[in-house]
Amino acid sequence: MSDDLTRLSAAELAEKIHVREVSAVEAAQAHLDRIAAVDGDVHAFLHVGAEAALASATLVDESLAAGTAPASALAGVPLALKDVLTTTDMPTTVGSKILEGWRPPYDATVTSKLRAAGITILGKTNMDEFAMGSSTEYSAYGPTRNPWDLDRIPGGSGGGSAAALAAFEAPLAIGTDTGGSIRQPAAMTGTVGVKPTYGGVSRYGLVACASSLDQAGPCARTVLDAALLHEIIGGHDPMDSTSIDAPVPAVVEAARLGAKGDLSGVRVGVVRELTGEGYQAGVQENFDAALRELEKLGAEVVEVSAPHFQYGLAAYYLILPSEVSSNLARFDAMRYGLRVDKGASAEEVMAATREAGFGPEVKRRIILGTYALSSGYYDAYYGQAQKVRTLIGRDFAAAFAQADVLVSPTAPTTAFPIGDKVDDPLAMYLNDLATIPTNLAGTAAMSVPSGVAAEDGLPTGLQIMAPALGEAVMYRVGAAYEAARDAADGSPFASRTPEVKP
Amino acid sequence: MTAPTLVDFDDVVDRYDPTLGLEVHVELSTNTKMFCGCPTTFGAEPNTQVCPTCLGLPGSLPVVNRAAVEAAIRIGLALNCSIAPWGRFARKNYFYPDMPKNFQTSQYDEPIAVDGHLDVTLEDGTSVRVEIERAHMEEDTGKSLHVGGATGRIHGAEYSLLDYNRAGVPLIEIVTKMIPGTGARAPEVARAYVTALRDLIRSLGVSDVRMDQGSMRCDVNLSLSPKGSGILGTRSETKNVNSLRSVERAVRYEMSRHAGVLDAGEKVVQETRHFQEDTATTRSGRIKETSEDYRYFPEPDLVPIAPSAEWVEELRGTLPELPWERRARIQQEWQLSDAELRDLVNADALDLVAATVDAGAPSGDARSWWVSYLSQQANTRGVALDALPITPAQLARVIELVTTGELNNKLARQVVDGVLEGEGEPDEVVASRGLAVVSDDGALIAAVDEALAAQPDVAEKIRGGKVAAAGAIVGAVMKATKGQADAKRVRELIIERCGA
Amino acid sequence: MSPESPSSGGAITRDEVAHLARLARLAVTDDELGVFAGQLDVILGAVARVGEVAAEDIPPTSHSVPLENVFRPDELRPSLTQEQALSGAPAAEDGRFRVPQILGEEQ
Ligand SMILES: [Mg+2]
Ligand SMILES: [Zn+2]
Repeated sequence: MSDDLTRLSAAELAEKIHVREVSAVEAAQAHLDRIAAVDGDVHAFLHVGAEAALASATLVDESLAAGTAPASALAGVPLALKDVLTTTDMPTTVGSKILEGWRPPYDATVTSKLRAAGITILGKTNMDEFAMGSSTEYSAYGPTRNPWDLDRIPGGSGGGSAAALAAFEAPLAIGTDTGGSIRQPAAMTGTVGVKPTYGGVSRYGLVACASSLDQAGPCARTVLDAALLHEIIGGHDPMDSTSIDAPVPAVVEAARLGAKGDLSGVRVGVVRELTGEGYQAGVQENFDAALRELEKLGAEVVEVSAPHFQYGLAAYYLILPSEVSSNLARFDAMRYGLRVDKGASAEEVMAATREAGFGPEVKRRIILGTYALSSGYYDAYYGQAQKVRTLIGRDFAAAFAQADVLVSPTAPTTAFPIGDKVDDPLAMYLNDLATIPTNLAGTAAMSVPSGVAAEDGLPTGLQIMAPALGEAVMYRVGAAYEAARDAADGSPFASRTPEVKP
Repeated sequence: MTAPTLVDFDDVVDRYDPTLGLEVHVELSTNTKMFCGCPTTFGAEPNTQVCPTCLGLPGSLPVVNRAAVEAAIRIGLALNCSIAPWGRFARKNYFYPDMPKNFQTSQYDEPIAVDGHLDVTLEDGTSVRVEIERAHMEEDTGKSLHVGGATGRIHGAEYSLLDYNRAGVPLIEIVTKMIPGTGARAPEVARAYVTALRDLIRSLGVSDVRMDQGSMRCDVNLSLSPKGSGILGTRSETKNVNSLRSVERAVRYEMSRHAGVLDAGEKVVQETRHFQEDTATTRSGRIKETSEDYRYFPEPDLVPIAPSAEWVEELRGTLPELPWERRARIQQEWQLSDAELRDLVNADALDLVAATVDAGAPSGDARSWWVSYLSQQANTRGVALDALPITPAQLARVIELVTTGELNNKLARQVVDGVLEGEGEPDEVVASRGLAVVSDDGALIAAVDEALAAQPDVAEKIRGGKVAAAGAIVGAVMKATKGQADAKRVRELIIERCGA
Repeated sequence: MSPESPSSGGAITRDEVAHLARLARLAVTDDELGVFAGQLDVILGAVARVGEVAAEDIPPTSHSVPLENVFRPDELRPSLTQEQALSGAPAAEDGRFRVPQILGEEQ
């Protein structure tokens, strides 16, 4: 029974809870048991809040028992929350020693919305420190392992959230995506991950990596589940100046429409610059197969060019470190977090604490960002990167004039072995080649599983990109493709995930 | 550190031309902070007016206070600035424990108001136009309390205690362009500018502009160039100048100090200095080991501010009568000469006189009371005129009593003295001190007759038509009635009794 | 490395890294100086590609979503309690955050 509950989609589980066939407490307990069984190997969670989870589930059950309508379509469904969003009842560490044990005195807006929706927050998931990384190996608390192969990375920075889904520790998760941190782990673990339009989901309480790029989004094992979660966490928040004051796109309706399997009239643009050289053979094969599938569904596939995407990675690795160097200045041992009492002065204690509290990748980016913003270098680096950002936005605009959505492989490779790229920053950065342009432009994108690569049996992802606030068509295409793929396979993709084997 | 060589001020201005620059920070008296909903009230328990945003907690975000933007635009308009149609906040990055995020959110190269001016009038009536470079919005820092060490100052302290209640309070920084050509009047110009700015901002009602409470703070930039050379010298920036008098003294001191350095053939160091209130000198700040590089960049957490022309015009419509407009109106209404107006302004009496007039007194009487008798009283007591314990309404009542003849001028002064001594309202003082004019003719006639009898020779002269001799009798009657007689009536009665 | 031609790829020195680390308040070790200098050099060589794009007339994008004039009414919101404010403090005294002696000057 317990095991069955963890295999259900969020939508299926929610239905069972809402008709009171299964209690929210049972659902929570089943997932807590699953975490107890496998998380020692997977290490998706940094903190499990069993007591709070069961208490929250109890409230849902009581409310349903009293005949009250469910607080949301996902009331009672368990969720894994990336440890970058503040929670008053659990620590928030951002995968860093500098915030070890920190208990925020406030909830992030996303956290509040989840609570208000009656979603059961199981715990906080592992991540690359301050969301900087593409493998979750840069977590100060040790790496998360890919449920498909425990010797491999689950992607990053949201490897914990993606692995929790793939290991059936939770049917829903929240990730954050600054340069691909939702989509690339989704591709690596065979799950669905969505980066909403910048400003579509509040950043209040999201511990900043790069403010102009960060965006929280839904992670799930199916497109519909992601859509259901998207509608709960999305929407305007007056606490976030960059939050868009417009209704959340009707993504659930779009996902349901897409699942009917008709994409006629939809133009799908293949971004020439995001295919071919540099992409692993199996990744490219699955991508080509996905294109044929989309055509079969009635979509018109066209080729588009985005000439400035090739500069996206460079612009990103200037803009991000610059913002990071400023955002992370507040971690100075004065008001919260770690304090290393080395030295007599505040200045020395700050420097000693930051030296001890930050990992090498964080320090590297802080130094790089400090450099890029320095007077004398600003124009050539940060300023020029912001101009490239404009050009990438224009490339998107031109491409979206030709196509409703754009597609590419989500990541150039499948999950690589733990330790492979950890000392080679540049090789690590290449993971985000295809996902970064979306963050720079503030548009939306998602990753949907596109099968497993023939050469290594590991999952690959199809990235579907949409214009700002154009999520509906993206979900429609994603759901249509997912349905066709499942029909061809004869089972949902998640069912192909191997059992976690240490 | 050896004491700097100071050159006599007159000698300095004989040989050097000073160039001034003034940066004034004004704390706005909005209900809430610049970027969060915490209160801005002064003097609360430490760290009780803080939230995730102004404490810089991880994940927190800023949202701009509309009232602060409106105040900034109104200040800009009052300073004759253009209002920028589009601008962004920037982050000024540097580490300091009183700054929760280790960057200050400020406007850097896109200030909301630019290119204005403020005309200031010196004591002798000379008008000087001070060009305004910019006025921009930013946020205040927290406050540190230094514990241990002898002085409570930062140096020698064992540790510090931080209160972030002030962190995030909206600030408007107003920066002048360089002010050349003020010569020996540089200290006076600096003071007059800060005074005029204070009065202007007070009239807008956007700040208490209390230098003693830190809601208005001034930094003085100064450089000297050899007279007539036109070569701009290196400037010093003096911070912590916290009273109008200090502004004047800081300029004066820096001029003497710079001249001493230059006379010795040395170079003025570009540095931050701190004004020492007790000694009226400036002290060098710590020389920074690394050059300042604030790594400014546009604040990604805030979106641009683009005030529409309609909004700006709407705000222009809310500007009150500005101090110089008011002065012009008052001068006309009260029929004052330039000199009279200047005396009024120099005595800091304009507001008080206006309030006294509003309370019903004629402007001439109100003016003479405040500028002469009350100014003397304030001087004697060593307090500002507006700190004297008498209200314009109380003075207006005294003036009224004089006009109706119930008091004469001498008695009126005694009534005012009584009010200043805290003896109550003017009427209470009149009653308790028994100061009413004796207007009962019977009593006065008796006193006049008595005085005439006592000085028969004088009485004779008056009877002989020498009316001017009546003065002596008036004096005697006034003495006899302890000044409580109406002198004019006494004179009339004397002439009457003498049949002259 | 001249700011005009960042792609010239001049080496970033240990001294430069040390200076940047000081600005960023990182007490980096001697070993790190060397490692970072090498890695930053490689990264800078790669990111300097942005300089290849002719973009003189292109406006920079600081905010990808074109919002303007987002304001908050001047209305009070609840603050934290003093206890909440100090809850994460490494040290506190008399309702204030206690920090080691401050050597620098206020800016
Ligand atoms: Mg400033
Ligand atoms: Zn606050």
